[in-house]
Amino acid sequence: MRGREAIWDSLIDLGVETVFGYPGGAVISLYDAMPTAIHHVLVRHEQGAAMAADGYARATGRLGVCVATSGPGALNLVSGLANAFLDSVPVLAITGQVSTAQLGRDAFQETDVFGATMSLTKHNYLVNRVDDLPRVLNEAAYIAQAGRKGPVLVDVPRDVMDAEVPEGADSTPRLPGYRPRQRGHPAQMERAARTLAAAGRPVILAGGGVKWSGASPLLVRLAQKTGAPVATTLMGLGTMPAGHPLFLGMMGMHGTPAANGAVQECDVLLALGVRFSDRVTGARESFAPSAQIIHVDVDPAELGKNVPAHIPIVGDIRHVLEDLLPLVPEKRHDEWVSRVNSMKRPGADDGTAVRTIMALAAATEGLARSDDLIVVTDVGQHQMWVAQHYPFYHPGTLITSGGLGAMGYGLPAAVGAALGCPRKTVVLVTGDGSLQMNVQELATVVQERLPVKIVLLDNTSLGMVRQWQEMFFGGNLVAVSLRGPDWVALARAYGLAAWRAGSPTEVEDGLASLLRNPGPGLLHCPVPPEENVLPMVPPGESISRIIVESRGGAT
Amino acid sequence: MIQTFSILVENQPGVLTRVAGLFGRRGFNIQSLAVGVTQDPTLSRMTVVVDGDDRVLEQVKKQLDKLVNVLKVSVLEGPEAISRELALVRVYAPPSQRAAIQQLADIFRARIVDVARRSLVVEVTGDQDKVAAMMSLLAEFGIIEVVRTGRIAMARGGRQVGGKAMCNAQSKGGTHDGEGLLRRGRGSRAPAGVQGGCLGVREPRERAGAKPEG
Ligand SMILES: Cc1ncc(C[n+]2csc(CCOP(=O)(O)OP(=O)(O)O)c2C)c(N)n1
Repeated sequence: MRGREAIWDSLIDLGVETVFGYPGGAVISLYDAMPTAIHHVLVRHEQGAAMAADGYARATGRLGVCVATSGPGALNLVSGLANAFLDSVPVLAITGQVSTAQLGRDAFQETDVFGATMSLTKHNYLVNRVDDLPRVLNEAAYIAQAGRKGPVLVDVPRDVMDAEVPEGADSTPRLPGYRPRQRGHPAQMERAARTLAAAGRPVILAGGGVKWSGASPLLVRLAQKTGAPVATTLMGLGTMPAGHPLFLGMMGMHGTPAANGAVQECDVLLALGVRFSDRVTGARESFAPSAQIIHVDVDPAELGKNVPAHIPIVGDIRHVLEDLLPLVPEKRHDEWVSRVNSMKRPGADDGTAVRTIMALAAATEGLARSDDLIVVTDVGQHQMWVAQHYPFYHPGTLITSGGLGAMGYGLPAAVGAALGCPRKTVVLVTGDGSLQMNVQELATVVQERLPVKIVLLDNTSLGMVRQWQEMFFGGNLVAVSLRGPDWVALARAYGLAAWRAGSPTEVEDGLASLLRNPGPGLLHCPVPPEENVLPMVPPGESISRIIVESRGGAT
Repeated sequence: MIQTFSILVENQPGVLTRVAGLFGRRGFNIQSLAVGVTQDPTLSRMTVVVDGDDRVLEQVKKQLDKLVNVLKVSVLEGPEAISRELALVRVYAPPSQRAAIQQLADIFRARIVDVARRSLVVEVTGDQDKVAAMMSLLAEFGIIEVVRTGRIAMARGGRQVGGKAMCNAQSKGGTHDGEGLLRRGRGSRAPAGVQGGCLGVREPRERAGAKPEG
């Protein structure tokens, strides 16, 4: 067996069925050895491969795999890997490299992929000896999926792919320096339980860690038992079902007044699987000023990194909540809950874009409630409108680029989600800027016959940047106006069904057609360019300084 | 605050880059970094001296711990730790000054390892204070060139900083005092910190002109 066969064998042993990739000189022999058991999805740009693998992983909870050739191919993966890293998504990237004899000589299509991806992967490898290959692949897959998940890259020189793997090469992972912790420290759990029991104004903040550890049902039980209302981060949306009386919505820069207000006023904040990014905390000095913070995360380095943790707990959220639930007493905080509920505001903004999202929510409500729908977004205003107005009832039903905020993520991620969950309806909400960043993947959608439903909010501008220029740069609009293509014609040229929805009734009809049509489709929804995402906290300010109305109505 | 971290890592390509890159990316301030292989050839030890506040130092430890190739991170502090640095100092030394320099070297248990017509190379080993004191005294004669290692450090007593005990020299109970280490360091081999290549951050890497010792 040669290296290239060992790679496929390992992947099959790991349960991998789908691989997203793009061939080239350094991986031709790998492609030559591809077994029929692998479904290879030919994307149209390697960034699409990395992002589709990421979308696949988020949708299925399993490892997403992408393959690229050396040099330009591997470097095109980079934004996708960084995206998976910041949002803790298990992705395995396999890249071809020039042969070991050529390494370091600036050979054709040689780039230092190991060096280039070191700081944006959870771990990476350059495999110089074929004997190591089976073990490295097992280690890489393990590291990607264990503890706090993340992308791992394995760079394999061509001659290593072609070399014979010696009989009995040991494939057992050897990771003496990597032992993620599962259960929380018992003494810390006791302290956390006592603090929660003594709390007068508790709040739970749930992040992506809750989704990845499968702790969503436990979160709901803990909220009910302690009587604590729940806010989520963008990554945590869906872990607490929309409409639950204790759910406050998303917090942060575009958080709801209730979520931000509750966090600012609480006396105990139980933070589960969050990393307190600046988009969540706003100005750190004034974040949750009176709160005792109990911070639970599987990654010890997150505890105390951005916000001091009074009670840090290292562990997998599911295990920690299993242990914590019996320790906390049953409580109610009616006054506190009604206080935070009084901060809830009916959607002040009823612009075209928000109405379109509401119409989408109405059209897909049944699917969303029964967990038969995945909403994918791109990056910008449309993303925040979805986060604010689309009700998510199940964990993992929103797939979006959070930490990296990478425009162009949406379409390939939708490809990955549709391949990973063929029985679910996959809706992509995107913007006219973002869609163009990876528009070539429309060809992948059609070639793979993926029934992705694209709702394009076309405000003929880079809306989010335009909003910042309007609000914080005195209205000096620079480089934000986009003259789009004829979207309906473009989508049809790729082979999708397409409709234009210029009025509210056309939106409703268009959504119905889009969802009814069995294949992929695009609904082109023109939106006035001046609509803004509100509420909003100005960057760098306290999350109490929330702007809720368009005309300077800061409260 | 200045803290010394002793980091036990897998002896693999890229590990130094990973650690150094981490410091760069997260804005941690390295004062010195020394690497050398341990008694177990599959493991290396890095000694990193870092300047930062409590939050930064805690993050340094946690972020290092998070690296897959890092087995153990310990903080070596105060009287609990033996720490050593080595400096080679080329001093201006016309024949009339040689005796004075030799005398100074004797007091510091430093050695003269190379003699040229108008200069000497002094090798001094010791903790930070001793090396600093020696340097300031040598400065009076005129320092032409300095090459320093980063700090290396070890816990006192029987305590081992991670890793399996493999070599009896280290696990033999009792205390190794500074002198013991110093004496061993004066043998024909340079201390471990130098062997594996050292990235002295305070001084630029220079090519020392010293001849190998006899
Ligand atoms: C790759 C990349 N480049 C630039 C940005 C900065 N950026 C953030 S939002 C945005 C505008 C997005 O425009 P569009 O996709 O049309 O969405 P809209 O905000 O109009 O809804 C830009 C340029 C980014 N997030 N990602």
